[in-house]
Amino acid sequence: MSVIAPPGRLRITPDAIEEAAKLLYIRALKILPDDIKAGFHRLDASETDGLAKSVLATMIENIAVAERTENLLCQDTGIPIFNVEIGRDVEVDGWALKQAIARGTERATREHPLRSSVVHPITRVNAHSSCGAHVPVIHLDFIEAPRVLRLTMIPKGSGSENGSFLRMLIPADGIAGVKRFVVDAAIQAGGKVCPPTIMGVGVGGTSDLCMHLAKVAATRPLGSVCADPEGAKLERELSEAVNGLGIGPQGLGGDSTAFAVHVEVAATHITMNPVAVNIQCHSARRASATFTPEGVEIGF
Amino acid sequence: MAHHILHMPITEAQARALRAGDTVTLQDTLFGIRDATQIHMFDRGRRTRFDLSGHAVIHTAPNVRKVERSGTNQAGYEAVCIGTTTSDRMERFTRPLMEREGVRLIIGKGGLREESARAFQELGGAYLAVIGGAAALETTWITAIEDVDLDDLNPESLWRFAIRDFGPLIVGMDSHGGSLYRGVQERAAARRAEVLARLGAA
Repeated sequence: MSVIAPPGRLRITPDAIEEAAKLLYIRALKILPDDIKAGFHRLDASETDGLAKSVLATMIENIAVAERTENLLCQDTGIPIFNVEIGRDVEVDGWALKQAIARGTERATREHPLRSSVVHPITRVNAHSSCGAHVPVIHLDFIEAPRVLRLTMIPKGSGSENGSFLRMLIPADGIAGVKRFVVDAAIQAGGKVCPPTIMGVGVGGTSDLCMHLAKVAATRPLGSVCADPEGAKLERELSEAVNGLGIGPQGLGGDSTAFAVHVEVAATHITMNPVAVNIQCHSARRASATFTPEGVEIGF
Repeated sequence: MAHHILHMPITEAQARALRAGDTVTLQDTLFGIRDATQIHMFDRGRRTRFDLSGHAVIHTAPNVRKVERSGTNQAGYEAVCIGTTTSDRMERFTRPLMEREGVRLIIGKGGLREESARAFQELGGAYLAVIGGAAALETTWITAIEDVDLDDLNPESLWRFAIRDFGPLIVGMDSHGGSLYRGVQERAAARRAEVLARLGAA
């Protein structure tokens, strides 16, 4: 069995990954994706509460100030998360890739400089590198497209991450139990999670998979729809429900509590009915680099 | 709804003049404080050399750049990005901040709870809401990092900022029992049944 890459494969060096990781962390913190900007204008157009409209206006102004002054949108540099999608004809040293992402993250932190928001969980010591055990969080996935590697960076803010909820409901609780859990999570989170938010909901799977699905849902672009038709229906119902609670931007009242509720589903056990909520704040930041034989494209 | 311009520090009477829903612009001085700062100050008995009496504190941990200390910059830091964190985690420090340190105003996002509301009522203080996540804008209201204490906790040090036209902020909780957050939470709880009925999940 040959371990030499055949011709025509896309070869990506650790140095290229390191540079991309550094660039993406800083870019994600400064430029909000177009779908989120559009989401703000959609909410602003439909908001009926005067104070909520002024809060949204300040958030929209902040997006422009961040771009004009090349500054961070939010001071929370978050927990760095990298999603890596690897095509079928890509040659990359996986171990070196993980080291390169951590090096890029640390360099962004020291060279920009950025606040390292990462500490040891027991000693609370901050290494000022934005890195530590299992951080950056790296998710690897393999995709059908042949010669492409996509690196997506998500700086996950803590205010919204603290708004994470999991319950191992039982089959007798049904989908009604899932809906009640999501509505109650929105009420409990209130203004603490920096609304308007993207509420990510995981339904099914195991406990860990369920929470992971909630994170995937919370960090999906606005306008994307759950691939499962029942999940997509739940997204529409829950989006309307959450925005009917009156929590509003910053929890100060109004119609704009969530840009959207996103749902992801996984098959589960006959005895289980797990539901998880993970929330993305209005600074719903992400940046991506797509490596192809033609070069590297930077986007969201 | 009145607008107040407050040059810090302020008196108890000035704090008690604020009503929930009013807006405020702060001038001159603001202190930055966070989880670790207050855990060390109130759980571990550490003291600050800063006089916080009559002042405002903001729940923050800034992004900063180290620079040479000079006559005009004693702190040795300049601001990169300064914003506001969720206040709820620091709920239990409101009373000691006011009782021991004399703090009058707490600035944060997302609001505080009933024990803080009681402290504001009994001791004469208020909670001012800044728009969370709008840190690039907030940074433009800060003219300098004047000084820093408890800096072994960096970035959760105790920071002294010079400010100009810091706001407008919204009075979220006042010294008369008024709280915008309580009103919103009560309304959400009241709407819950109707929302669940529409979902077929009552």
